Amino acid sequence: MDARVNFDIKHQEPTVAAAKIIARDVNVYYGDKHALKGVKVDIPERSVMAFIGPSGCGKSTFLRCINRMNDTIPICRVTGKITIDGADIYDRSLDVVQLRARVGMVFQKPNPFPKSIFENVAYGPRIHGLAGNKAEIEEIVASSLQRAGLFEEVKDRLDDPGTGLSGGQQQRLCIARAIAVEPEIILMDEPCSALDPIATARIEELIDELKSDYTIVIVTHNMQQAARVSQRTAFFHLGELVEEGQTEMIFNNPTDRRTQDYITGRFG
Amino acid sequence: MPSHTVASFDADLKTLDAMITDMGERARRSLADAAEALLERDARLAKQVIAADRAIDALQHDIEERAVQTIARRQPMAIDLREVVSAMRIASDLERVGDLAKNVAKRVIAIGEQPSPANLASGLGTLATRVGEQLGDVLVAYRNRDDASAMKVWEADGAVDAVFTSLFRELLTYMMEDPRSIGFCTHLLFCAKNLERVGDHATNIAETAHFVVTGEMLAAERPKADDSSAIDLNSR
Repeated sequence: MDARVNFDIKHQEPTVAAAKIIARDVNVYYGDKHALKGVKVDIPERSVMAFIGPSGCGKSTFLRCINRMNDTIPICRVTGKITIDGADIYDRSLDVVQLRARVGMVFQKPNPFPKSIFENVAYGPRIHGLAGNKAEIEEIVASSLQRAGLFEEVKDRLDDPGTGLSGGQQQRLCIARAIAVEPEIILMDEPCSALDPIATARIEELIDELKSDYTIVIVTHNMQQAARVSQRTAFFHLGELVEEGQTEMIFNNPTDRRTQDYITGRFG
Repeated sequence: MPSHTVASFDADLKTLDAMITDMGERARRSLADAAEALLERDARLAKQVIAADRAIDALQHDIEERAVQTIARRQPMAIDLREVVSAMRIASDLERVGDLAKNVAKRVIAIGEQPSPANLASGLGTLATRVGEQLGDVLVAYRNRDDASAMKVWEADGAVDAVFTSLFRELLTYMMEDPRSIGFCTHLLFCAKNLERVGDHATNIAETAHFVVTGEMLAAERPKADDSSAIDLNSR
């Protein structure tokens, strides 16, 4: 067997993992405003895809299509097709609550429930009927906190309010809460923008660990963060998905002029 | 290309570029002066070349420092990152060109006023002119971010090597004919090799220019025609 390592970036294209999420011709309208225009993308499973682009470019709008969060906005209309594992998530027969259990979400500002640390994590599994008894719930809470890298810091005060934790800890609590219901996909909308650099580094490390089990889609304004954590990157501009590809390619030698102008800080 | 939103970033990149232009101009002049000193046996000019190398070394140091600062402060991406990395690479090539010119100048002083045989002088003159043109052309190509011109320089390095190889053979012949000329001819041989090395640095700069413009490293082997390493005295 040839054991030589090939350092040529062009040949590093990994054997493309099966697409977990497939979007075709996705359009979103807020009333008369055409916010997202014909988005087409394949998001591979068990990897991290980053969405970048200036404010108002549609990246968060698209992220929110993946777990139908846009349904909660009355004037919002979505057309086109998004499938997860081949199943149309906008199918009428689909249970949106079940969908959101499969597709967890972490927001910009940590938003723990005004409950104890334990209850923050236990809430989801309980309402989704994932645990039968107290011991099972305790097991899920402990393992979720562990996976989110928070357990050691909070194990002696699980009954303290979640809102009493630091910002970075709260965000990891929210991630623990998201993974407690065993999702397949985790959507993150600028998860580190309210955190200091150390807390940010811990979340990034966590994202790197979680990608072996979950498909992660992250919206970020921090280009270096996108370059660090993701395998693929998509650049949005004015409601269009301009360019999508391997992260190395997008940040070293993007094809589209608009991508280059944006990542190098040349946008007016 | 549109300007950066942060204007001082543009200023940083422009300054780096201006420093490379300055350093390139100095390296080119040192090379030309060293060649003239060699052909004219001008020890005074040779001393000037030796003295001028300090400024070239200092510029390399400054360019590296500024490039590192720019990376630390701006976290450049894509074309900007290539610009900064390339400035460092070119500065180190130009620093070597300065050293090679200085080495030629030192040898001019060492061999004194003993004139070269006419055809040797013409061979050295041809080599120096070719290499000077290569260096000048590649610096202009880089300044204009002109990949096509840079590639012409890259392809032309084979011709420089060919001139060197023929000089090498000629020098061997002189040394065999008259062993008293060995010391003198060895100095000339090193001078010729130094000039040929400058050609290689011009080729490196061409590769860097290609990288800046296209974002891709040149995959192909560079054209080589320096066969001197395979020449065996006994087979002559």
